Amino acid sequence: MINAVALVKEYGKVRALDGLSLDVEPGTVFGLLGPNGAGKSTTVKVLTTLSIATSGTAHVANLDVTKFPEKVRQVIGCVPQKTSVDPAATGRENLHLQGALYGLRRAALKSRTDHLLTRFGLTDAADRPSRTYSGGMQRKLDVAMGLIHHPRVLFLDEPTTGLDPESRAEMRTELTRLAAEDQITVLLTTHYLEEADKLASRLAIVDRGKVVATGTPDDLKNELHGDAITIDLADTAAIAQAHPLLARIATEVTQSGRSLRARVSDGATAVPAVLAALDSAGIAVSSVAVARPSLDDVYLRYAGRSFADAEGVAA
Amino acid sequence: MTTISVTPVRWSLATHARYLTLQSVRTLLRQPFFVAISLVQPMIWLLLFGELFKRVAELPGFGATSYIDFLIPGILVMNVLFGASWSGMTFIEMIDQGTMDRMLTTPLKRGALILSSLAYNSIVTVVQTMIIFLVGWPLGASYTLPGILVSFAATILLTGAFCSISNAYALVLRSREALIGLSIMIALPLSFLSSALMAQGAAPDWIRNVSRFNPVDWAVVASREALSAAPDWGTIWANLGYLTVVALFLGYMATRAFGSYQRSI
Repeated sequence: MINAVALVKEYGKVRALDGLSLDVEPGTVFGLLGPNGAGKSTTVKVLTTLSIATSGTAHVANLDVTKFPEKVRQVIGCVPQKTSVDPAATGRENLHLQGALYGLRRAALKSRTDHLLTRFGLTDAADRPSRTYSGGMQRKLDVAMGLIHHPRVLFLDEPTTGLDPESRAEMRTELTRLAAEDQITVLLTTHYLEEADKLASRLAIVDRGKVVATGTPDDLKNELHGDAITIDLADTAAIAQAHPLLARIATEVTQSGRSLRARVSDGATAVPAVLAALDSAGIAVSSVAVARPSLDDVYLRYAGRSFADAEGVAA
Repeated sequence: MTTISVTPVRWSLATHARYLTLQSVRTLLRQPFFVAISLVQPMIWLLLFGELFKRVAELPGFGATSYIDFLIPGILVMNVLFGASWSGMTFIEMIDQGTMDRMLTTPLKRGALILSSLAYNSIVTVVQTMIIFLVGWPLGASYTLPGILVSFAATILLTGAFCSISNAYALVLRSREALIGLSIMIALPLSFLSSALMAQGAAPDWIRNVSRFNPVDWAVVASREALSAAPDWGTIWANLGYLTVVALFLGYMATRAFGSYQRSI
């Protein structure tokens, strides 16, 4: 349904996409996961015909986005990263205008608008200017606008960013229904690991303009054998000394600040050995954690840095 | 699978433009403060300039006998300049709000965005032009029907030209400051390099020469000539013709400016 091959997008000297490829099956929710600045939004802009890739090809619903942008626009719905409702118009007017742009008329437009207002719980607020809506309500209206013409493919760029936890949970419930009940192919971008884990049936991890790993969330996690251990040292200075000690017992050792992370086949037996080794070298440990692999570990493995660090660099 | 009724492409430009224009008008009417400003502004132009330059008509070489008759076409045109050159602000606002990007991912024709901006601003121009005519009446201005119609045509064409410049600027530069600069750097000099406020007979030669190539002057001349007792229709049609060509050309360029905007995002 969505297919991109070797997309490159350059803004002057900045390379936002560096050979990004992906393939999305019909009727699935596909997640693009990555830190800010990884190239997720740029990918969405290229796929939704908003911007043109410097090189590479992309097809949406079997249509080349560069050659047939007008046809692509007929079949896609797009919910941009920034809430983009007209604040001066009411919820109903926003939906009407959006539907009219797709050629929906009179009765069809009215019934579709009413249906979406009901579905997103906006009926009571329908005739108020959308500037009076809460952030969560505006975002719902945004998604409703993206659905007005029964799109075959829906693009959601960070649909839950900036929402409070309650609205975020509500939005996630809605999004899960989209693919299940409406049979829409959904491509969503997120920088929330848990969101990607819960919502997406397949994921592509994006880093520095490239897809570094792809698969179902479980596949990606299962590829990492064993447990992850994280050791926080009491003193940052000791980290250089601790690193080689840990490497003798565990694999894939990385360090960040005063934390060391590593992979071991069995956390329960490895932890005492690690603590004994550090203790005999006189290195004080402030905390130890053992965890089953998470998407954060997957990210660390493929992007070579932890998710939080990548976010920090990008910001 | 639900089928969607899709209107034929040849109608969608006009249909899209109509929807967008209605949306803009509705937005304006919900802001009574802005409605009030756009209604009062033309009156202020007319009353202030009318009082300040009352005795200008006595200058040697001025020609006209009543300054108010002379002034009305000038005020009509200046009112357009200072209104239409702000139209790009709406585009900048849409870009900031994200509504622009969202619209560009729909089948909306780019030309419809320009067309609706022109239509909306023309509606404002028509209302303001009527107000100027009405306020001028008790001040002693005299009108003819052809004069009024030509004045509407000239101000609408000039609105088209200046909205297009402003919209193209907005799409290429995407900055409020640049638009403010445009308004000041273009609108004011072009008014003074025309016969809007001062008769050509009383202006220096070089201004007279420059004004021949000034679309603002074409609009003033067409309107003033048509309102005069014995109109020269050759001059009127020629000036309206030049204005049409310039408005169409600038409208086309403004539509092209979307390309520049989309390359930047």
